[in-house]
Amino acid sequence: MAGWPILSLTTFLPLVGAAFILLIRGEPDVVARNARSVALWTSLITFVLSVFIWLNFDNSTAAFQMVEQVEWIPAFNVNYHMGVDGISVLFVLLSTFLTPLCILASWESVKVRVKEYMIAFLVLETLMVGMFCALDFILFYMFFEGVLIPMFLIIGVWGGARRVYAAFKFFLYTLLGSVLMLLAILAMYFVAGTTDLPTLIQTDFPRSMQIWLWLALFASFAVKVPMWPVHTWLPDAHVEAPTAGSVILAGVLLKMGGYGFLRFSIPILPEATEYFTPLIYTLSVVAIIYTSLVALAQEDMKKLIAYSSIAHMGFVTIGMFTMTRQGVEGSLFQMLSHGIVSGALFLCVGVVYDRLHTREIARYGGLVQNMPKYAIVFMLMMLASVGLPGTSGFVGEFLILIGAFQDNTWVAFLATIGIILGAAYMLWLYRRVVFGKITKDDVKGMLDLNPREIAIFVPLVVLVLWMGIYPATFLNVMSVSVEAMIKNYQTALADGVSAAVAVR
Amino acid sequence: MEVAAIFLPLLAAFIAGFFGRLIGDRGSQIVTTGAVCVSALISVWLFVDVALHGNARTIELMTWIDSGTFEVSWALKFDSLTAVMLIVVNTVSSMVHVYSIGYMSHDHHKPRFMAYLSLFTFFMLMLVTADNFVQMYFGWEGVGLASYLLINFWYEKPSANAASMKAFIVNRVGDFGFALGIMAIFFLFGSVHFDTVFAAAAGMAGHTINFLGFDLDALTVACLLLFMGAMGKSAQLGLHTWLPDAMEGPTPVSALIHAATMVTAGVFMVARLSPIFEYAPAALNFIAFVGASTAFVAATIGLTQFDIKRVIAYSTMSQLGYMFFALGVSAYSAAMFHLMTHAFFKALLFLGAGSVIHALSDEQDMRKMGGVWRLIPVTYVMMWIGSLALAGIPFFAGYYSKDMILEAAYASHSAVGTYAFWLGILAALMTAFYSWRLIIMTFHGRPRANDRVMAHVHESPLIMTIPLGILAIGAVFAGMVAYNWFVGEGRGEFWGKAIFVLHENDTVEAAHHVPGWVPLAPFIAGLIGIALAYLFYMFMPQLPGIVASKLGGVYRFVYRKWMFDELYDKLFVQPAKFLGYGLWKSGDGAIIDGVGPDGIAAATRDVAFRAARLQSGYVYHYAFAMVIGVVLLVGWFYFFG
Repeated sequence: MAGWPILSLTTFLPLVGAAFILLIRGEPDVVARNARSVALWTSLITFVLSVFIWLNFDNSTAAFQMVEQVEWIPAFNVNYHMGVDGISVLFVLLSTFLTPLCILASWESVKVRVKEYMIAFLVLETLMVGMFCALDFILFYMFFEGVLIPMFLIIGVWGGARRVYAAFKFFLYTLLGSVLMLLAILAMYFVAGTTDLPTLIQTDFPRSMQIWLWLALFASFAVKVPMWPVHTWLPDAHVEAPTAGSVILAGVLLKMGGYGFLRFSIPILPEATEYFTPLIYTLSVVAIIYTSLVALAQEDMKKLIAYSSIAHMGFVTIGMFTMTRQGVEGSLFQMLSHGIVSGALFLCVGVVYDRLHTREIARYGGLVQNMPKYAIVFMLMMLASVGLPGTSGFVGEFLILIGAFQDNTWVAFLATIGIILGAAYMLWLYRRVVFGKITKDDVKGMLDLNPREIAIFVPLVVLVLWMGIYPATFLNVMSVSVEAMIKNYQTALADGVSAAVAVR
Repeated sequence: MEVAAIFLPLLAAFIAGFFGRLIGDRGSQIVTTGAVCVSALISVWLFVDVALHGNARTIELMTWIDSGTFEVSWALKFDSLTAVMLIVVNTVSSMVHVYSIGYMSHDHHKPRFMAYLSLFTFFMLMLVTADNFVQMYFGWEGVGLASYLLINFWYEKPSANAASMKAFIVNRVGDFGFALGIMAIFFLFGSVHFDTVFAAAAGMAGHTINFLGFDLDALTVACLLLFMGAMGKSAQLGLHTWLPDAMEGPTPVSALIHAATMVTAGVFMVARLSPIFEYAPAALNFIAFVGASTAFVAATIGLTQFDIKRVIAYSTMSQLGYMFFALGVSAYSAAMFHLMTHAFFKALLFLGAGSVIHALSDEQDMRKMGGVWRLIPVTYVMMWIGSLALAGIPFFAGYYSKDMILEAAYASHSAVGTYAFWLGILAALMTAFYSWRLIIMTFHGRPRANDRVMAHVHESPLIMTIPLGILAIGAVFAGMVAYNWFVGEGRGEFWGKAIFVLHENDTVEAAHHVPGWVPLAPFIAGLIGIALAYLFYMFMPQLPGIVASKLGGVYRFVYRKWMFDELYDKLFVQPAKFLGYGLWKSGDGAIIDGVGPDGIAAATRDVAFRAARLQSGYVYHYAFAMVIGVVLLVGWFYFFG
């Protein structure tokens, strides 16, 4: 396996599947059925391939692994440069893991334009995987922005009633950031003469320039995270997106911002990172408390979970900017865990939405009586979301708080309030949906999970517990890379300080 | 073997929970009860081996979280403190399991109930065997989860839904402090492993930490934060409001979780962390103050309640207050002693109350009871034994432990110790009063239940009365037998390294040398309380009404539980809802969206609309615009060019 371009294979295999689907012709039913199975098999094989990436991955080095480098646009010194390290490899797996589940979740709920839907999902997978593997800023930019297109279509075509408004809001927000990021990339190119990530990390940008570059990147990443106050696209996008769209949106797309900070802003622009850390802390703490309070007031299940996502991502941004081992590893872990847990929660909403076609919390109640299996899964995911020890949610959240306390006790103090509010809104949601008496006839007629739905949830449940009880499997993958990143950051800061002294 | 003692209940919970339908009601009862009984037997062996023979040990299971210097393992620590807790938890739990077979016989969800009970037992065992802060936190939140599930066992009742949520969230408020405390410990010591931290605690005394911008004594900050967790779990004043509501759960749950084991986790925590708390005298004083106030306030509320379970719940809260002020005056071993005896007699009282409720067709209001003592004699005797132990009547279990606590408080000779001593004596009087008020209202006098209920009154089956009998043995003899080990001559050897007391703080030693009237005082207070109860409820039944109306506002204030619920609702719940709604509608909706995307979109539309109006189609409009443009251009060049 060693000589194979395994990253490129994993990245572009879904495109091959999409091409196959494109060729399918015939009766609409047959096309839909074939499109579904081709998409499922393609995504499953892609997942298996990505497991080989993990198996091939060497935990003991911080260098980029399985690197592929080919000239792409020689005139501008832009290369097709792929590789993974401890920070990115697990995100590749997260993407390939969630895609087949999403396709399975759309099996019955998507009835129109099935062929196009499956193509959109496979293209989306290619772009996500490619983004996490890209080591050239231009290449990254293409994937990063490319992801928007299939997502925009998924919301805009297969979404709910206000899908067009949501899709445009989503697009407007993310576009503004993108333009600034492109400018930042160009500026870096003119200084460093390349957009190659490892080279950029070695390049010393002047402090004043770092500040501007950082802000430009921030504009793009903060929208994706999303950080307060540029978060309002997320609840609308989630509410209108089809279930699988929400899963990918919460599971992977929200991680693009956090990943961007860790991959680019922090290593390339250390001095600006240090300068802006208080800003990030402030926005994150506001996000945690503000959106948790807002979540308490929600009447729509998806909106509530969307707001909880923003609060959880607030923890993530705090963690990575503490620049401590615990904080950074915690925020990586929290991103993975949130990808699984919030994905599962949206799937839980999807299950009842498929049966009753409403997301209004008040329409439900008493589900535990006729859907006990569903109640168990939902309970576990709810507990993981509130960070109960023994589930994946706890490990990330707690490591982040441990890291934050070392840097700033106010941040730790205020962020910890989030764990109280988090429990409040999730329990409140669960109580209204699952507990109580069944008073409505249509709710009484709802059936428990079917085998297909169980097949979707089992892997998620296993992972949530695995990550909660034995997180070492995942923490070991990231630890060396994180350690190296923090060391580089500190060296760069120390150099910056001594350079400043020398100038004086 | 040790590992089996901890994980058998988990296995049983798993089997009963997921395969309950397969193995049936009887099967799941046998599996869970059997597993916990085996655990109880192993813990007796462990108690002998670890506490009596001094073979303390730690068993590492596997790594849990490993991130830089933050290293946490799954491990089982067995020392005297753990061994005592194992005996208490497993004995009471196995008795409650057996009792539940009878008590829940009419319920349709027996496997689920048994699974929850066993799951709770597992989390409690993980809590007491933790060898680091984080695993303790795991058990801590885990028992909270089990408590949440069990309070909400009858999930169709809105009151149960509300009570379970309240329990979880109020406990989360406490855990907020606990979590911050762990962070502070890691920040100070670079480790969350008990032994490492304890070894370094003395060296940390006097250091300061910058917390929220203030330079404060490091250990005091850490200990107060940790204690906040204990306040939540052990229902101490301020974070106690969930405990009375938790009585919505089935009665065996109240006995196991909300009397004998989970609510004592806070006491266990402070005792476990005695090597740190000893170096934080300010935190200890605060604990003593909170504990004494809780003991007093809860006792006053207990005087006025009419729900039989709520009276016992407030009594539990009050007794927990005793344990805490014992901890606060460094009498950790006395607190553990009371924890142990209290577990037996309070579980007995709760299960006895359950037996009464069972006999009276699920009636809990004492105003609708009375006159049944001849009909349920076994239960009646059990309630007497429990009450005698609770009131601290000589030679019953509570007498030894409660006296020890009060003597230690007196012997500490600090201001807060004296405060605790006198409030403790007053609380002892009230404890005796409400206990006999309960007995008289429940069992004596004219029957106040309706005929249908009275016709149905029956003694509970053996499966319920045998556990009562076993707990009664504990309630009678536990104090006598264990006195020497826990607080007597043998205590140094018994506790080994599990409890650490600075020499100058050794109030348990000093308690053995207090003036003669001090040990007598609580006993006399108890007798007065009992006598008053007979006077008020047996001989002059019109008296309580007169007193209540004379006291007026004060009575209503106490009856409404010192208005804590109303206060918190106004202070936290309503503002949170209001803020949430306001931020959503005006923050996200009007401001961010209004100025941001919607505003921009609207502005774009506006501009486009105006631009469209410019294209009027009349030639003279365009010509006019061109002329103006030319004029402006020429003017520009003329002045600036």
